Amino acid sequence: MAIAIVLILLVIGSVVFHFWSPWWITPLASNWSEMDDTLMITFWVSGAVFIAINLFMAYAVIRFRHKTGRKAHYEPENKKLEWWLTILTTIGVVIMLAPGLIVYNDFVHAPDGASVIEVLGKQWQWGYRFPGSDGILGNSEPRFVDFTNPFGLDPDDPNAQDDVVVASGELHLPINKPIQILLRSKDVLHDFYVPHFRAKMDAVPGAISSFWFTPTRLGKFDSACAEYCGVGHHTMRSFVIVDEPADFEQWLSAQPTFSQSVAKTPAGGAGESAAKGLEVAQKQGCLGCHSVDGTASTGPTWKNLYGKTETLENGNTVVVDEAYLKEAITTPNASVVKGFAPIMPPYQLSEEDLKALVDYTRSLSESDGQASGGGSGLVETGRAIAQQQGCLGCHSIDGSPGTGPTWKGLFGKQEKLADGSTIVVDEAFLKESVSNPSATVIEGFSPIMPPYQLTPDQLDSLVAYTKSLGAGAE
Amino acid sequence: MSNVPYQEALALHDPTSYWTKYVFSQDHKWIAIQYTVTAVAVGMVALVMSWLMRLQLGFPGAFSFIDPSTYYQLVTMHGMIMVIYLLTAIFLGGFGNFLIPLMVGARDMVFPFVNMLSYWAYFLSVLVLMASLLVPGGPTGAGWTMYPPQAILPGTPGSGAGIVLMLVSLVLFIVAATMGGLNYVVTVLQARTRGMTMMRLPLSVWGILMATVLALLAFPALFVGAVMTLFDRLLGSSFFMPAVISMGKHLDYAGGSPILFQHIFWFFGHPEVYIVALPAFGIVSDLISVHSRKNIFGYRIMVWAIVIIGVLSFVVWAHHMYVSGMNPYFGFFFATTTLIIAVPTAIKVYNWVLTLWRGDIHLTVPMLFSIGFVSSFTIGGLTGLFLGNVTIDLPLSDTYFVVAHFHMVMGVSPILVVFGGIYHWYPKITGRMLNDTWGKIHFWFTFLGTYAIYFPMHYLGFVGMPRRYHAYDGYEFIPESAQDLNAFITISALMVGVAQFIFLYNLYWSYRNGRVAGPNPWNAASLEWQTPQTPPVHGNWGPKLPTVYRWPYDYSVPGADQDFIPQTQPPGSAFGMPGHTDGVPLPEGGKA
Repeated sequence: MAIAIVLILLVIGSVVFHFWSPWWITPLASNWSEMDDTLMITFWVSGAVFIAINLFMAYAVIRFRHKTGRKAHYEPENKKLEWWLTILTTIGVVIMLAPGLIVYNDFVHAPDGASVIEVLGKQWQWGYRFPGSDGILGNSEPRFVDFTNPFGLDPDDPNAQDDVVVASGELHLPINKPIQILLRSKDVLHDFYVPHFRAKMDAVPGAISSFWFTPTRLGKFDSACAEYCGVGHHTMRSFVIVDEPADFEQWLSAQPTFSQSVAKTPAGGAGESAAKGLEVAQKQGCLGCHSVDGTASTGPTWKNLYGKTETLENGNTVVVDEAYLKEAITTPNASVVKGFAPIMPPYQLSEEDLKALVDYTRSLSESDGQASGGGSGLVETGRAIAQQQGCLGCHSIDGSPGTGPTWKGLFGKQEKLADGSTIVVDEAFLKESVSNPSATVIEGFSPIMPPYQLTPDQLDSLVAYTKSLGAGAE
Repeated sequence: MSNVPYQEALALHDPTSYWTKYVFSQDHKWIAIQYTVTAVAVGMVALVMSWLMRLQLGFPGAFSFIDPSTYYQLVTMHGMIMVIYLLTAIFLGGFGNFLIPLMVGARDMVFPFVNMLSYWAYFLSVLVLMASLLVPGGPTGAGWTMYPPQAILPGTPGSGAGIVLMLVSLVLFIVAATMGGLNYVVTVLQARTRGMTMMRLPLSVWGILMATVLALLAFPALFVGAVMTLFDRLLGSSFFMPAVISMGKHLDYAGGSPILFQHIFWFFGHPEVYIVALPAFGIVSDLISVHSRKNIFGYRIMVWAIVIIGVLSFVVWAHHMYVSGMNPYFGFFFATTTLIIAVPTAIKVYNWVLTLWRGDIHLTVPMLFSIGFVSSFTIGGLTGLFLGNVTIDLPLSDTYFVVAHFHMVMGVSPILVVFGGIYHWYPKITGRMLNDTWGKIHFWFTFLGTYAIYFPMHYLGFVGMPRRYHAYDGYEFIPESAQDLNAFITISALMVGVAQFIFLYNLYWSYRNGRVAGPNPWNAASLEWQTPQTPPVHGNWGPKLPTVYRWPYDYSVPGADQDFIPQTQPPGSAFGMPGHTDGVPLPEGGKA
């Protein structure tokens, strides 16, 4: 008997909860009011069925609960009743499904003339790209992705040069204009989700997905990641700002194009050629076999290589200079250093790239490093480590916000930690926060950084690099 | 097996020592207990994990050891354990093992030795799973869906040893489920006793049989998915891995497809929902029938609904992937198939409540759990209509609406049936009744508590709160009051969890002190209640196998003395209904 009363109270309570609830669908800010309508049809149909089934069950329990002398009615089946229930259910299902499919048909067909915008996901940040004045998004490939080219745009594609790239921060959109979002991801699955717009879609590495909507309300809206993407998933947030067209155009014109963003990339502490050499080394995969910090690897380390005297496999000794390095790159097996296997393939590089590589190697040598007082060589190494280890995926070096604190002006700065204490960012603090990050989280950031096991040399270089980005500048 | 002489049949797997009787037993009833105890034990681990998760969500930051890594590891392990190692194992390995031979009139499973291996493979898979809690880096935090690339990359906790052990454990589990599953299917098809036609099987057996067929067809998909992921993780293959830049590093993968994994996973994952649900459907049908002293309404359509749901469950999988970036046109097909499956499912709900109608309803503990099931399953089934309908899924996918839906439909509902089933069959298993008062307390806390957890959670989903978030700081679209609701949900979850310890204590206490049950305390008609001994001994039936003359639902038959007629009662010998010999119930016009 109690169960019947409870079922009735649950039904009443649920209806009361529904009308009292301050929690309801987020106010719409896009064209997809039809999605809300479809939701409401299903809500009321299924709500009615929920109430009917529970009340029927409660009534049955009250009316037919056991009493001495009661005997159940023997009725194995009732074809007529079963057919009626099947037909009614089918009609109910059609009422819910048909409008859904009609709206979905709109959803899969983006209108002609929709503005195409790319949203790029990476752990744990969104980036945005507009096609620029030619109206065409340039080609992109993962292999082009590096620190200076986070979108992986093809540097030789003319369509890419005028693409407007917004590597982090907020996305602005013009009001009342259909937007087709193309989604890409650099690492894992993400999902670009603006609750006010209703529609959402996963970003899939290795593929391009898309969806569309028309923003219909001015304002600032949360954007979030709705597909689990690792330990920082819940921090992968940003905002979409819907502007009047004029404000939008003004914002867009203030954003750098791809060619501008590549040009302004800082060269770090070393010469421009050495910086380019690092790029070449990364692009060609040199650093897969040659370390830049002295650790042993498949090939000789580049740290302090330049100027060193090496014994070759054939017994001769050479001093590593520009000529030797160039030969070792273009015809490696003629000049294998003793103790290493002759497995390096020959690389056909332009004279310019070769020179850049040599300059980079040179910047890693002790003599250069010592000369500038722990300067450029160490800094360059730190920079390389930061890129190899992926630090720059979360920490910007230009002051822009990221998943972790920016490194620009970080050294020497006073920071408040999550536990309330205040510290000055110095060498010891930096080293600890690399090897044991969860102990030293700065307030306002999530404790999601994995610990990194680096050698003391590597840590020194990273600190030097951080220092080079300005001390206590802000 | 029914043709093999009694002694000969038993001699093959007769226990001769403590070890062969209690550890490496080949008796289906003991294996069922081993499966159940292991599943419940590992389920308690997952229960405590859900507490910790809920503490973080209800009181963010109050427990600093639940950092994001730990939180995601808890979410992952809780989900995987509950779905696979508790629910799948307890329905097939526990209920399936205990009920099938007793309900079809067999002496044991047809392959007792393989049955034993099945349990020990399952036990090993649990050990490997638990080992992942202890390795450096901890268990995987990839989510129970383990989507690559994230599952095997360093941005996810436990991407070292954790994910490897998880995948190895799943492979072992599938080996176990396959060995058990072959047994269940062959036993139902080949070892039914004389007179036990397919259309005289209790719906419990039908549900478990169809679930096992699904398991045999669906688990291989998970198996290959797990092995391919292991290859990607350990050998550098690229089945599911495109060229990616993880944490700023270019990795050596190229050309693989993350969406391929999702298709493989959900080709398993959706039938998995029914692997858990169909046994629950079957068992609850029997509980409602016995405790309302009435045949299950529409037996034949109930059987066909189980079969149709089972078949359809293989053509709806991509409704889990509407926003995955797959070809969007798939949405039309999968939304349609998904909503079609609602029709046989709804018929089952109607027939449960119509069985109550004009019944003689005994509000026993198993009946309370059954009514609780119909109520929760109605919510869980109806909210499936939201998510299956592709247009409505676009805003609701990956929100708390999904969490509320799947917990209602494949967490709360099946577990209520597990409890109902244990209260119902405990007297047959142990010879003693479970304590009624504690049973009722357990029921009320569990039923009302889970309602308090999951009903309001749907509304957080309407708000758009994304799931799998460690914290919601600074999301402006979420009203602050949502935090109060989350605290309320957490407190409800803690109470539901505590209530389960009452249940465990009841199981322990009643084993020694419970009222002696007798052979058939519920006056049930089906075969398992007609064994010569209670608890049934090795071989189940003594020298002579039972003969079955009627379906298992002859309750309150007009003209009969008692309000039930056991399946073993011959027609005409007492009050059996003429016309029942083929097991097909009388048509409407056929009775006086």
